Amino acid sequence: MATTSVQPAAPTGAAKTKKRGPGTLERRQERWGFFFISPWIIGFLAFTLLPVAATFALSFTNYNPLKGEETHFVALDNYLTMLSDSKVGTSLLVTVRYGILAIPVGLAFGLLLATLVNSRHLAGKNIFRTLFFMPSMIPVVAGALVWAGVMNTQSGWINLILEAIGVPKGPDWLNDVWWIYPALVLIGLWGLGNLMLTLLAGMQGVPSELYEAARMDGASGFQQFWFITLPMISPVLFYNIIIGVIGAFKYFDLAYVLKNGTGGPADATLFYNLNLFKNVFNYNLYGYGSALAWGLFLIALAVTLALFNSSARWVYYAGEGRS
Amino acid sequence: MASPAQRYYLPARQREILNKILVTGIGVFILIVFLAPLGYMVTTAIKSTNQMNDPTAPWYWPSSRRTFEYQGKTLEIYLVPTESGVRELAALKKTRTGVTFVDPAAPDPVPIEWTGNWRTDLEPAYTPDPQWHNFADAWEQLKFPRLFLNTLIIAGFGTLGAVGSSVFVAYGFSRFNFRGKSALFLVLVATIILPVQVTLIPTYIMFSRIGWTNTFLPLIVPHFFANAYNVFLLRQYFMGIPRDLDEAAMIDGANPLRVLISVILPQSVPAMTAVCLFHFFFAWNDFFTPLVYLVSKPDLWPLSVGLQNFNALYGRQPNLIQTGALITLVFPVVIFFLAQRVFMQGIVFSGVEK
Repeated sequence: MATTSVQPAAPTGAAKTKKRGPGTLERRQERWGFFFISPWIIGFLAFTLLPVAATFALSFTNYNPLKGEETHFVALDNYLTMLSDSKVGTSLLVTVRYGILAIPVGLAFGLLLATLVNSRHLAGKNIFRTLFFMPSMIPVVAGALVWAGVMNTQSGWINLILEAIGVPKGPDWLNDVWWIYPALVLIGLWGLGNLMLTLLAGMQGVPSELYEAARMDGASGFQQFWFITLPMISPVLFYNIIIGVIGAFKYFDLAYVLKNGTGGPADATLFYNLNLFKNVFNYNLYGYGSALAWGLFLIALAVTLALFNSSARWVYYAGEGRS
Repeated sequence: MASPAQRYYLPARQREILNKILVTGIGVFILIVFLAPLGYMVTTAIKSTNQMNDPTAPWYWPSSRRTFEYQGKTLEIYLVPTESGVRELAALKKTRTGVTFVDPAAPDPVPIEWTGNWRTDLEPAYTPDPQWHNFADAWEQLKFPRLFLNTLIIAGFGTLGAVGSSVFVAYGFSRFNFRGKSALFLVLVATIILPVQVTLIPTYIMFSRIGWTNTFLPLIVPHFFANAYNVFLLRQYFMGIPRDLDEAAMIDGANPLRVLISVILPQSVPAMTAVCLFHFFFAWNDFFTPLVYLVSKPDLWPLSVGLQNFNALYGRQPNLIQTGALITLVFPVVIFFLAQRVFMQGIVFSGVEK
């Protein structure tokens, strides 16, 4: 490795090195430090910083790899096209619709599971934790196909159960422009293992004196949950909301697998990311795709910052200034 | 203010047991509903395609219609209501107004006549008939061994690179002081929020220019440069290891690389295992990257892309699709069960500390 040249002579004795003057120890520390983090620095430059800058530059061109020689600077054309491109509006709406449904439902279900597997009344807690977590390890594609089967209108178990309890014609989950969202949210519940575990760890970190004091004051179980547990784990909730928002903007795999990348029914699964993918890899519009990517970045950043700003009002950080 | 003992008139021990039964019961119910799709998958995976298209067939268990061999013909058996209860009879001749049955138990006496519309009034008899050959079929049509090997190569080398490089970087961030350290660490953590799309297009152009598209390299090489999640987890862990041992080794003349290998790593087995598993599962499940870089090269597909393509091709055989899903998820699920403790601790460790 070329970087090994930075390596200082073996420290044979502290006295020797000290003679080289003050700061040598620090400099040696510094060299070793940079040596060890160098893989990340190189990777960051090559696979993050440079590409981000290049995406920015490309977004002002009409670059299309099939017509390389026609590439030229188009100023803000791509961004103006975005504003008038109805697919962009649709894909944003799809993403927002999904996020508004999926994030609260996911959090609620995660809280339910975490409360359950944290309950001192539950026998075999570890078995429950493992089994509730397990579907998160199922590859997304396999999970999607299993759920597509369960949601099949003829042979799927969901509609058969609905029929058995008196709903003769259950929804066509995957082909209806409205039912597709609850369907995606349901499928997403299988991926909540991480959420459950982080919430659980948050709940276990709540000092038990708080609950004891509340019980002395006659607080009910629900009041304890609402006034102690929730505020105390609000940093974990906050973290997971951020993850959820970023997840909605990255959403791709399930939509692609379930509808074979068509974005159907009637563009109801044309998520922002899928629209971007199609523009780049189906229509070869690299310049426009770059503008879409930057648009995504800015929107995601704005939402994240807005959440961070709001967090001061509802996220409670106990102890010494964790922020 | 009523104390619990005043509100309920049960002794504490009994109340405790009752609560346990109640909560565990609710837990079992939720768990069954939550995992029911797996039940669907397993039973459907061994159903026949005929059963999938037969609306009267049992929904829960792989079955086929019962038949009876009579005078060289294969007759279907129906459940026929008669005065002496429901009898299982083989249909010899079906007409619009009725059916002529023979009794499989005693086929030679006079045939039994039944009037009515057999399509609407009679239920066919079924017998359990799991189609074990579905596994062999899906295995073959999915080209499973090839996909499995590809996935193993991608995930294996990627894990090697991701863990190796992340250990280095985490060690650098946890044990050395250098200018701009906290700023650099902040940048590292901030990359978590950066959407991949923002780097995708130039990276793709770059990889296709150097001829790496349709090879495994774009799926493996970038992981040799560490990533934020792994570094974060390992750094936290390294910081928890007391420095005394490092310093003792240093005094004995070990250089930092030596210290990393012989002092830090042996003490970090749980964190290393967790990081290995994280990356392995990530690579095993990744769909987007192989889709982008390997679309036109089916020979190199990993399981995720192969299974998606299988689904697109075999839409008329939903049973085989479940078989394919089943054989695809067995491996990661088994690994998870074997390593679940380390794995779940790792998630808590990295998730909560942030």
